[in-house]
Amino acid sequence: MSTAKVNKARFAEDAIRELGWWKAHRFLLLRRAAQLGLLALFAIGPLWGLWLLKGNLSSSLLLDTIPMADPLVTLQLLTSGHVPEASLLLGAAIIGGFYALMGGRVFCSWVCPVNMVTDLAAYLRRRFALPRTPELPRSLRYFMLALVLLLPIVTGVAAWEWLNPVPVLYRAVLFGAGAGLGLLVAIFLADLLIVERLWCSHLCPSGALFALLGKLSPLKMTAVNARDCNNCMDCFAVCPERQVLKGALKGASPVITDSDCTLCGRCIDVCAKRVFTYKNRFTFQDNSLPNSHRIATKAENEQ
Amino acid sequence: MASQPRSSKGINRRQFLATSARLSCAVALAGGGIATIASSQQLAPQAIRPPGALTEQAFLSACVRCGLCVEACPYDTLKLARWFEGAPTGTPWFEARKVPCEMCDDIPCIKACPSGALEQTLTNIDQAKMGIAVLIDETNCLNFKGLRCDVCYRVCPLIDNAITLERSRNERSGHHALFIPVVNPDSCTGCGKCEHACVLDEAAIKVLPPQIALGKPAAHDSYIDTENTTLEMLNKGFEL
Repeated sequence: MSTAKVNKARFAEDAIRELGWWKAHRFLLLRRAAQLGLLALFAIGPLWGLWLLKGNLSSSLLLDTIPMADPLVTLQLLTSGHVPEASLLLGAAIIGGFYALMGGRVFCSWVCPVNMVTDLAAYLRRRFALPRTPELPRSLRYFMLALVLLLPIVTGVAAWEWLNPVPVLYRAVLFGAGAGLGLLVAIFLADLLIVERLWCSHLCPSGALFALLGKLSPLKMTAVNARDCNNCMDCFAVCPERQVLKGALKGASPVITDSDCTLCGRCIDVCAKRVFTYKNRFTFQDNSLPNSHRIATKAENEQ
Repeated sequence: MASQPRSSKGINRRQFLATSARLSCAVALAGGGIATIASSQQLAPQAIRPPGALTEQAFLSACVRCGLCVEACPYDTLKLARWFEGAPTGTPWFEARKVPCEMCDDIPCIKACPSGALEQTLTNIDQAKMGIAVLIDETNCLNFKGLRCDVCYRVCPLIDNAITLERSRNERSGHHALFIPVVNPDSCTGCGKCEHACVLDEAAIKVLPPQIALGKPAAHDSYIDTENTTLEMLNKGFEL
């Protein structure tokens, strides 16, 4: 145990040496570019009058023609008994269909601005080796989703939208509503100090809905070279939903079919052995024999 | 070892039910808090919704808080509410004293609304009912002092209709007239130009939401619509 600690290399050191710093951070950088780029596309409207996208993540209009809408807020309107305009329903169908095809929680890792906040908290936890936090059941988010859809029935209003942190950053940048940023600070501190990955991996009802949408998606993270895995545990350290990794690395199928996976690609980044890649699960042929490497059942709890 | 993942992952029914019950209680508790705070968020009396807005409760169940109406507003009248700022978070509103509604003929805010929180059926901005102007302070209003300020009357987009000047005798001087601004609630759209233009430090005329500005007769009162009451109706009794 003590030797393991002494020998423990810096996080992802092997991958950085093997792939180079840029390649060992490529999906992280691409995701940040996507998250900030989309925010910028919205922001050039109010700032410079270049109206490519109007609105925010709750509902928007692309090039004044294509409507887009958040499926969660649309469902809340419906459970509150309000029948929205057809454009909102169409927008929700477009967004819902897009994420159902692209992998559901792709929204969480590639679009949602809250992800930048919670990733920062996770980075600091890792960097400063903060002590372990209590485990919370990750199914909590589905109870949250049920709550968010029940609240409009009880209260008659879309109550969750009062608290929902997903549009907060967009509102702050696009409409100057900076006070809501306090909510992101609260999420950051909770993620850092109370429960690791508390918001995005345990509570967020938007993530839960996108996970459900992504159940049937063809795009899945796949441990194609699982037999090369040397149990360095870097992917476990960086993965926001690390419970999905075990099955792919040591189980029967290398495809991560669990829709909790956000397809963030960090496991690709940090793996010196190039174990992971994105695959279409319907065309993917598993040629490798079940790998002989085994990971201790409790290993994923190690921080 | 090969069968380990299956058995280690599986949980029995008792665990499942216990966890579900615990999570349900926790989430219900949180839900009670959210519902309480969310429904206690009242629209401030001076906060005005965009034209065509549904009644407040229906509005809050319909608005997705996307800000498309705000971005469509050419005069930067509309804004999205910040936390604890006069209107529930993220919903569109405006303050007449700061920037009033310019009553665009094409009503771009309604056209932009995807949710139906602003009713698409409102096509004539003169029919809007954002609020009703009330000359609330007769003590400090300059016209009540016998001066010819008239600013609220002059700036009214529906001049001589939504606001009229009613002449009466100035009892203070004995030989001058008072020109009293009178709001006609049926015509007033609540655009807030009068409140915005009022020359006092604090406006004497204010736009209020209809439910505050207007009284409401009891349903059994027979004098509800005296102008259209005919002798025949009086003889035969009312259909209420």
